[in-house]
Amino acid sequence: MTLRRVVVTGLGVVAPNAVGVGAFTTALRNGTSGVRFQPRLAELGFGCRVGGVPPGVPELAEKYFDPEQRFSMDANITYASIAAIDAWEDGGLTRPPPDSETVDWASGAIIGTGLSGMDPIAEQLVPGTNAGRVTRLGSSMVEQIMASGNSARVGGLLALGNEVTTNSAACATGTEAVVNGFLRIRHGLAERMLAGGSESHSPYVWAGFDAMRVLDRSHNDDPERASRPMSASAAGFVPGSGAGVLLLEALDIALARGARIYAEVVGAAVNCGGHRQGGSMTAPNPNAVRRCVRDAVRMAGLEPRDIDAINGHLTATRADPLEVNNWASALELSPQEMPLLHATKSLIGHTLAAAGGIECATCAIELYHGFIHPSLNCEDVHPQIARYEQAIVRELRELERLRTIAKASFGFGDVNACVVFRKWRDSDVPPRTSNK
Amino acid sequence: MDEKQVLAEVITILKPFSRAPEALVNCTLKTSLRDELCINSARLVDVVLGIEDKFGITVTDEQADLVTTVGDAVRLILESRGAA
Repeated sequence: MTLRRVVVTGLGVVAPNAVGVGAFTTALRNGTSGVRFQPRLAELGFGCRVGGVPPGVPELAEKYFDPEQRFSMDANITYASIAAIDAWEDGGLTRPPPDSETVDWASGAIIGTGLSGMDPIAEQLVPGTNAGRVTRLGSSMVEQIMASGNSARVGGLLALGNEVTTNSAACATGTEAVVNGFLRIRHGLAERMLAGGSESHSPYVWAGFDAMRVLDRSHNDDPERASRPMSASAAGFVPGSGAGVLLLEALDIALARGARIYAEVVGAAVNCGGHRQGGSMTAPNPNAVRRCVRDAVRMAGLEPRDIDAINGHLTATRADPLEVNNWASALELSPQEMPLLHATKSLIGHTLAAAGGIECATCAIELYHGFIHPSLNCEDVHPQIARYEQAIVRELRELERLRTIAKASFGFGDVNACVVFRKWRDSDVPPRTSNK
Repeated sequence: MDEKQVLAEVITILKPFSRAPEALVNCTLKTSLRDELCINSARLVDVVLGIEDKFGITVTDEQADLVTTVGDAVRLILESRGAA
C-alpha cells in the first residue's frame, strides 16, 4: 500500500499571549508573555495565582457562534471551536452554511482535551444534582461535559463526515492528536484532519495541580517571570488554557487545490513507558522517551544531525533537565551538536491538553517563516543542562536554513508523543509518476 | 397578563434557542417550534425551564410533550395561571 505524504495547510491558535495565527506569530517573534495574575485563584486560596488565559475570547465567540451554539459551549469547547474554524479558514477552506445538508466525508477531527467541561460540572451539575434539582439542569449538560464535547461541536460546525473524536493523554494530548491525524491521512483513511487539543481555564482544572504542588508559587507578583523552563530557579509550571489546531492534509490534495503549505509532517510516534524503568504515573520512563523520539526520527528517514531545533515539552518543573538529557541520549549527539532548544511554555505557561496543539502550530509557523522564538526566563540555565547552554535560544533567531523541528510532549500516565516537522519547499513536489 | 403579553414573553424565552431569528420575529400562534423556528428538540427542555421560571408555574413532562407550536406554549401558560 502506498503511504500518502501529509502536510500542514492551516493553523488555528487560541493562546494566552495571542488569538489568531497572525497575532500569535508576532507574539512568538516578540517573545510576548501571556502569563497574568489571576484574581480568581487568589480568592480561592491557590498557592499559584498566575496563569494563562487567552484574551478577548467571549467577544470573539459572539462573532463566531450564534446564541443557540454559545448556550452549550463552555470555555474548552469555545477554544477548540475557534481554533478549528480558524485552521479551516486559514487553510483556504470555507465554513459551510448551517442550512447546507452536504457532509464532507473525507475530512475529520481529532481534538483532545484533558479535563473537559469542569466549570459546568462544578458550578451546575454537582451542586444541582446534590440539591435534588436534576430536572433543572437543562439540556446542555451532557454535550458540555462529555469528554468528546469539543470535537463533537467542531464536527457539526464544519459538517465533517470522517472520524470525529477526542483523544486524551494528559499533557501529551495535543501532540498525540497530531500523530493520530497524520497517521489517518498517511494510511489513506482521510484526506483532511483537524488535529490538536484544548483546555479550559477553569480553576477546577488547575486546582488538582496546585494541590500536587507542581505549580509555581514564587512569582505571584511577577507573572511574566513565572514560567521558567530550563532555569535553575524554575519552581513549577504555570497553568494555561486555550487551543491549538492544525489542518493536516494529504499532500496530493493540498497541491491539487494550490494550498499554502506550512510544513510537512515527516515522522511521528507515540508510546508509553509502562510505569517501569524509572517511569511512574507522574514520571517518564527515560527509555520510553528515547524510543519515542527515535521512532519518530526513523520514520522521517532523517539522521539526528538533520534536526535543527527541538520544541520541547519543557514545563519548568524538575523534569526539564531529565528531558534535555533524554533528547541528547535519544539523538546520540554531543552537547556541541545539540539542536536548538526552546520552550513555548515560557511564553504561555502549560496549557495542558492544548499544549501539544499550540506547540505543533508553533513549529509549523517557525518553519514557514524561518525563525525560532525566544525562550523567556532561562538566563540562569539549570546546572544539570549547562553543557547545552549554547543550544538554548534566548533571543529571536532568524534562520533562513531552518529545515527540521522535532516536537515532543510527555504526559501523566508515562505517555509520550513526538512529531517531526520539515520545512516545505516547492522542489519537494513528488515527480509525476507514469501510468505506463 | 393577556395572550398578547404572554406571547411576547414566550418569544423572549425562545429567542436564544431559535436558529431562525427572522421566523421568530414574524411568528404566530401556529408557528412550529421545531420546523419553523428551527429549535433543536433537546432544547425544548430549556424552553420549559424558562417558562417555569418566568411565570412561576410547574410544567409536567406530559404537558411539555404536547408543546409543539408557539400557541401550545402560550395556552399552557394561560391555563396554568388560570388554574393557580
